[in-house]
Amino acid sequence: MRFSPSQVRPAAGVVGALLLWEVLVRLTGVSSDIFPGVPAVARELWRLSHNFAFWLALALTLRSWLLGLSIALVAGTAFGALLGLQPRMEEYVHDTVEFLRPIPSVALIPLAVLLYGTGLGSALMLIIFAAFWQMLLQTIHGVRDVDRVANDMARVYRIRGWSRLFHLVLPSALPYMLTGLRLASSVALILALTAELIIGTPGLGKEIALAEQAGATAEMFALVFCAGILGVVANLGVRALESTLLSWHPSRRQKA
Amino acid sequence: MARTFATRALLPLLLLLLWWACTRGEGNFYVPTPVGLFNAFLTEWIPHRLLHDAAPSIVRLLCGFALSGVIGIGLGLFLGRSEVFRQVLEPILEFMRAIPVPVLVPVVMLLSGIDDDTKVLIIAFGSIWPILINTIEGVRGIDPLLIDTAGVNHIAGMPRLLHITLPAASPQILAGLRQSVALSLILMVISEMFASTSGLGFSIIQFQRNFAIPEMWAGIVVLGLIGIVLTGAFAWIEHRLLNWYRGLRATASS
Repeated sequence: MRFSPSQVRPAAGVVGALLLWEVLVRLTGVSSDIFPGVPAVARELWRLSHNFAFWLALALTLRSWLLGLSIALVAGTAFGALLGLQPRMEEYVHDTVEFLRPIPSVALIPLAVLLYGTGLGSALMLIIFAAFWQMLLQTIHGVRDVDRVANDMARVYRIRGWSRLFHLVLPSALPYMLTGLRLASSVALILALTAELIIGTPGLGKEIALAEQAGATAEMFALVFCAGILGVVANLGVRALESTLLSWHPSRRQKA
Repeated sequence: MARTFATRALLPLLLLLLWWACTRGEGNFYVPTPVGLFNAFLTEWIPHRLLHDAAPSIVRLLCGFALSGVIGIGLGLFLGRSEVFRQVLEPILEFMRAIPVPVLVPVVMLLSGIDDDTKVLIIAFGSIWPILINTIEGVRGIDPLLIDTAGVNHIAGMPRLLHITLPAASPQILAGLRQSVALSLILMVISEMFASTSGLGFSIIQFQRNFAIPEMWAGIVVLGLIGIVLTGAFAWIEHRLLNWYRGLRATASS
């Protein structure tokens, strides 16, 4: 079986990196408390996969992430559509949005702790605050970016109201909204893990913090790796959604 | 309808009024009055906290961002040209890009402790990935016509880098830098909240633990202002640097 270079090289890269890691650990003789070798981490990964507490923590992270993302999605889309379709209203709100948007969600951590303690509410507060802006801005752009020819045609055919919304505005805005979803989901995952890491909301991030405090570095590395896999899967999931929902879009269709 | 000063100021004024009205009377524990917040700002934050905690934090932020920019762009320019190395490193780069950056904080802390250098390293290590990946994509996406023209005219080495490669890739590179600015800010705050004894993030947490609520809010406001200033400054720089790009896009689409 022949493999092309573009298939062999990435695989070689991964194998090479793992080898390099193991070689460096052994050569420098660094204590496994500071930097574990590859076999130790692999063992921990295996152990975690049998551990109910790990899967529970993963499920809790997923819960915070998806719940916060959904709320931000609905709110961002609704407000974005409203502001995009009503430019006058947007003029009033524009500066306030531009003022609030760059505020890092992590700045609200102490406030979240004060209001909601270490529970789900804190995580949701951070996630929704951050992810909402991504959806809002992208939806506003999308709603505004309706193709002029299509818009004029709709006016000629007297397509108004809800019909116009569903058949003209929504398809035009969909690519932007899915970009917003991609950005929002990545930000939401970051903040879900941040809440768990810093505040101690139950989840994967909290397990990482606990492992770090207990000096269980191999376990910590294994958990960080799992968080990375989660990020990759989330990314792929959103891209798959994008492909499915945008299969009709000209940018995704090959020219005949 | 042009955005007059009246339309722009209306909502913020209304919000301020609402804030003042809601905190009148016996006062809310969680939200200070506007006057209370201002007082806390004056007494606690100016000048002690601003000088001792906020300023070093900002310096670390800028150092970390600069480090990630230099290494990211440098490495990205190389990998963009070298297809072999890029393919070899691609899975690792994509994985590092997908890892949510907060979980990298304990990892870096393992290696170098909890001092200033660590925080700069954390910021740099976390925020390099968008720059690196965007630079690679930017270099790869350069119009082949430009590359061929450079070859025909025997433009190579440093002049080619400065006058052809960098400008052509700059829209993508600046997009990566923009994402990195936001990431750097998040990492600065997280690294100070996670395990630290100084800095802006640490101060805010400390105020919260001691229930010094107005001081805590003043700190949050300072963080928010830093975010706004950084984003605004970067947007201005990007606007100036990419004037030519906007003009090009406008003529192409008209």
